[in-house]
Amino acid sequence: MQNFTKGFIKNNPVLVLLLGMCPTLGVTTSAINGLGMGLATTFVLVMANVVISLMKNIIPDKVRIPSFIVVIASFVTIVDLVMAGYAPALHEQLGLFIPLIVVNCIVLGRAEAFASKNDVFSSMIDGLGMGLGFAFALTLLGGIREILGSGALFGMKFIQGDAILVFVLAPGAFIALGYLIALINKLRKA
Amino acid sequence: MEYIIIIISAIFVNNIVFAQFLGICPFLGVSNKLSTSVGMGGAVVFVMTLATIVTYLIYQFVLVPLGLGFLQTISYILVIAALVQMVEIILKKVSPSLYQALGIFLPLITTNCAVLGVAILVIQKNLNLLESVVFAVATSVGFTLALVIFAGIREHMELMGVPKGMRGVPIALVVAGLLSLAFMGFAGLV
Repeated sequence: MQNFTKGFIKNNPVLVLLLGMCPTLGVTTSAINGLGMGLATTFVLVMANVVISLMKNIIPDKVRIPSFIVVIASFVTIVDLVMAGYAPALHEQLGLFIPLIVVNCIVLGRAEAFASKNDVFSSMIDGLGMGLGFAFALTLLGGIREILGSGALFGMKFIQGDAILVFVLAPGAFIALGYLIALINKLRKA
Repeated sequence: MEYIIIIISAIFVNNIVFAQFLGICPFLGVSNKLSTSVGMGGAVVFVMTLATIVTYLIYQFVLVPLGLGFLQTISYILVIAALVQMVEIILKKVSPSLYQALGIFLPLITTNCAVLGVAILVIQKNLNLLESVVFAVATSVGFTLALVIFAGIREHMELMGVPKGMRGVPIALVVAGLLSLAFMGFAGLV
């Protein structure tokens, strides 16, 4: 249980550990994009953690990082192809950031720090917790930017007229995430 | 003329950091000092150009003829990782002074999503080999430009009285947002 909750709140990969910044900034123009990216990364994290945990005794120590990357890249390719087939609209939106899950430091970080040392079940739970924490942070940031930038949430418009357009553009991503992290810092200390 | 458009668009209009959100980790990580950011920028120019050429050739002459396009992500990340290792070994022998200068930054580049991102982008954009090289050089120059400007600002910011919760990453993100706003002024240039 602790393996699950630590990734979600106390060690949230984005808001506390500050990992995986590129997809966080790149895809969060709306809550749904954030959620889609978060779930895709969660799948890769869980599957990579499980496989690496199963193979931890077979892989020689010296080539472990390249082996981990191959495992991760295989699951990323699976996600990429499945998404292109079943959710082409979302795939189009996330674009380049799907293949770039390979170089997301969260995935390789959990493989190295957790899955290569622990049993299959707790590795799976760890991946699930971290992944959902990542998805939560992305959905939160996506939601904030969507509300401020287009006056809508999950595509449902509730503010008529103009919104603060800059928040769905590139500068808004940096500024919104900056203030969100500052807020989290404040809440953690209080 | 075509090449000039590619160059201006890659450096200013679609700056890899401020508009495409790639390479944010090294951007936030090594931008504390002006000198280290120049070193990192140099290493990225070198590796990105080389990686783009090699991955382009592999894609066109190995993956496409064999119908293995779906192995793109896996093969690219392995090629980049191997390339970085090789560059490190060769530089150590051939030019120890350059190796000293780039030393610590080289291994970090493997996980720089900008390198993999550009390698995938040139295929998506259907560029030919020469255009790909120009695009890679210009993009990495854009990355260096962003890094150097940002490091200069951060050096000055250390003397400012930033509110406690905003110190470190949050204020850096807000500054990056303002810089990104400035770079938006280049939109429509090409």
